[in-house]
Amino acid sequence: MEGNIILKFENVGKQFDGNRVLKDVSFTLKKGEILGLVGENGAGKSTLMNILFGINVIQETGGYEGNVYFDGKKVVFKSPFEALNSGIGMVHQEFSLIPGFTAAENILLNTEKTKPNIISKIFGKRLETIDEKEMRKSAQKGIETLGVDIDSDTLISEMPVGHKQFVEIAREIDREKVKLLILDEPTAVLTESEAEILLKAIRNLANSGVGIIFISHRLNEIISVCDKLVVLRDGAVVVERSVGGVEIKQIAEWMVGRSVEGEKNFHSKIQDISNDKDIILDVKNLWVDMPGEIVRDVSFKVRRGEIFGIGGLTGQGKLGIPNGIMGLFPSGGEIIFNDKNLPLNNTYNSLKSGLAFVSEDRRGVGLLLDEPIDMNIAFNAMQVHDKFVKKFLGGFIKWCDNRAIRECAKKYIKELDIKCTSAKQKARQLSGGNQQKVCLAKAFALEPTLLFVSEPTRGIDVGAKKLVLDALRGYNEKNNTTIVMISSELEELRAICNRIAIVSEGEIVGILSAKAPIADFGLLMSGIDKLEEEGEDNE
Amino acid sequence: MQIKNNSIEKFLINSAVPILFILISSIAIPLSKFSGIYLVREIVTRLTRDTFLVLSLLIPVMAGMGINFGMVLGAMAGQIGLIFVTDWGVKGVLGLVIAMIISTPISILLGYFSGAVLNRSKGREMITAMMLALFISGIYQFFLLYLCGSIIPIKNYKLLLSRGYGIRNAINLDTAGAFDRLLRIKIRGVSVSFGTILIIVAICIFTTWFRKTKLGQNMRAVGQDMVVADSAGIKVDKTRIQAIIISTVLACYGQIIYLQNIGTINTYNGADQAALFAAAALLVGGATVSRATITNAVVGTALFHLMFIVMPMAGKNLTGSAMLGEYFRMFISYGIVTIALVLHSWKRQKDREMARVQFRVNVKALK
Ligand SMILES: Nc1ncnc2c1ncn2[C@@H]1O[C@H](COP(=O)(O)OP(=O)(O)OP(=O)(O)O)[C@@H](O)[C@H]1O
Ligand SMILES: [Mg+2]
Repeated sequence: MEGNIILKFENVGKQFDGNRVLKDVSFTLKKGEILGLVGENGAGKSTLMNILFGINVIQETGGYEGNVYFDGKKVVFKSPFEALNSGIGMVHQEFSLIPGFTAAENILLNTEKTKPNIISKIFGKRLETIDEKEMRKSAQKGIETLGVDIDSDTLISEMPVGHKQFVEIAREIDREKVKLLILDEPTAVLTESEAEILLKAIRNLANSGVGIIFISHRLNEIISVCDKLVVLRDGAVVVERSVGGVEIKQIAEWMVGRSVEGEKNFHSKIQDISNDKDIILDVKNLWVDMPGEIVRDVSFKVRRGEIFGIGGLTGQGKLGIPNGIMGLFPSGGEIIFNDKNLPLNNTYNSLKSGLAFVSEDRRGVGLLLDEPIDMNIAFNAMQVHDKFVKKFLGGFIKWCDNRAIRECAKKYIKELDIKCTSAKQKARQLSGGNQQKVCLAKAFALEPTLLFVSEPTRGIDVGAKKLVLDALRGYNEKNNTTIVMISSELEELRAICNRIAIVSEGEIVGILSAKAPIADFGLLMSGIDKLEEEGEDNE
Repeated sequence: MQIKNNSIEKFLINSAVPILFILISSIAIPLSKFSGIYLVREIVTRLTRDTFLVLSLLIPVMAGMGINFGMVLGAMAGQIGLIFVTDWGVKGVLGLVIAMIISTPISILLGYFSGAVLNRSKGREMITAMMLALFISGIYQFFLLYLCGSIIPIKNYKLLLSRGYGIRNAINLDTAGAFDRLLRIKIRGVSVSFGTILIIVAICIFTTWFRKTKLGQNMRAVGQDMVVADSAGIKVDKTRIQAIIISTVLACYGQIIYLQNIGTINTYNGADQAALFAAAALLVGGATVSRATITNAVVGTALFHLMFIVMPMAGKNLTGSAMLGEYFRMFISYGIVTIALVLHSWKRQKDREMARVQFRVNVKALK
């Protein structure tokens, strides 16, 4: 039995400047086993993985307590490279890909396929020429093991997030001797069907003997793929057991340490905006060329003051809509915003005319990581403010007024329950989920006329999801801000939207009131469901 | 990147600098009253003379280190090599080759030093390299002014100052034109030195090839994102030093090619200008601190020198005074460098803005 154990944590603890984030963590992982690590935002999951992987921050902030045993030996990795060399792969919560490189170049970064030439024979291997054909072949093979279809010649900067995620995973498993793979919220940026593909790939990998630590806030994924469950609460292990027979609700309760109230019904609160008299956004024949999320021909009207939901399955194009309107991907068609024609393909202009966007790409969301939270929240508002001085006559006009910035930050920290030591804490030091909350606050602070939010609850733990949705609803009511929310979780859309459009094959197949019975939504999506399955069968 | 509709605008922004120079030249050429054949002859000469130096700047740009103002160090090494072969009386191509052989280890050493210093000032490479060049230039002058002829034996008295030690201000090279005379062919009254051109082509091929090697790939990775490159196990600092070493050695050869064409060494202030002019030429060609191609280098060299030739004459014809023309020439050549640098920083600002918008204030874009 002992020989089967690949990883063992023994009384591991960690504090950052006296702020204790992990205490007495002990658990084990066997070869070929998938361990689901769950916990609230800021529970210490990423920190624990950083300790294992030898990330520099840990050393720089005074190391850790306790012991880590890997493959039978006690290990203290001084750098990620040492961890890599001894057979640990890690997919981080933030991307570590080079945007200007192709998928193949990234997958084989520093393990490039080369062929010798005369010069390299004299001066050494580093002058061997890159064998592009071999690189492509090898990368393609890696991508295919994951069961996805990505062109290895595509630049990372031109990929949808989901594909980036697969590229990053392909890179980790490409290394031959990987014995342990750490996946920190790999599915957070994936749509459900992409996530399914990934889960299947993980299972295959585990079957070949690799130990896997899988972190996710989607508890159903934990239940469906993991063998073992470890729950962290406030930095301590509260549960270590096999997954068999555990229910989602039970896990959620372990995570937050109290019983979780059932989903509250918001419908009563939603005000009635039921006519097309006051249209704030009129989209006509929009097309967007966003790889993996192509929008073909979409027309819809958004009423002033409503929350308009856009749902639909993976790759059908729902994400393309906000990305196109905001000018992040090439697009065409006609958009009338506030009775004015909105030129497409111009992000700056879109921002200027009062649109704001919280991207689904929460790893590229662009926080200024070395700036404090309050600066991050105020930053965009300050930038746009330069040109809209009159519009923000509130407290914000003195944008260099640090007190106002701090006040505003404090408000959102409270409202969104951002877990931090103070408003002056650097964004880098926040946990992933809390960074996501800062992004939302940033968009709120911009005081847009219309706010696009794409997948707002990704990476947010079960307890905090409701909080985020409440905040959106509240913001909508208080400021009469129109919100267009894109989400792959129908339940989430139904909870706070007035109307919901369902996107399929790049077109809107129907717009329903959120009160419509769930079966109706199912019907709209069901046809597509079948198509998808057929598509998969064909492969 | 993704805003395809703006591609024309983007192209214009990208080529703003070369376009501006083409515009100015097209006004100045008729004013200068130079004949076409004269201009072609001058441009060909100057292209063969200068392109190599400009090309030596490409690799550090690829490694994300900006324009290597430290190439001056290589140029100095090249000059030292040439001074020694002149002293020994080695003539012709052999003399130049020996000069290269002597100066290679010196420039490798200087390149290593320069790279190591730049590693301590990541993100501020260009200004650091300029300062470093000034510092090394002091040592270079000390070496030539005091050590040569006193501690280091110099036999040829023609090279020494009248006081008996220290190298003279201007030295005539025995090796003058040695590369240029190889395969020199007259085409319609324009003599083209295919020997030198072959050397330049070779360096172009080398650069292109180098980009495709493992080391080149490492440099590109380091240039794009040091943190990611580091976590993939690429030795960032070492790679950066290597980029600077290659650039310094190439600059050294470039300076030797340049000087054999000129025929004389301006011992004490020939080298510092090399970096400024090469940098300006590259920028005139539309390069940025983060992206520079062979085309940028060649086009830039041609345009830069076209201005250089035409402007003084145009000024003279416009004002009728030879003196004024001369002032004009000085004014313009420094002006070019300033404009190129200002335009270039404006463009960088623009790039940054676009990147910021595209990546929603992505922190990497701000750096
Ligand atoms: N470099 C750092 N300096 C100070 N505090 C830090 C640092 N890194 C993390 N923390 C703190 O440690 C705590 C745990 O963070 P961690 O990133 O491990 O959470 P997590 O469980 O991964 O959460 P999430 O689900 O949101 O990703 C947080 O309160 C965070 O603010
Ligand atoms: Mg985390």
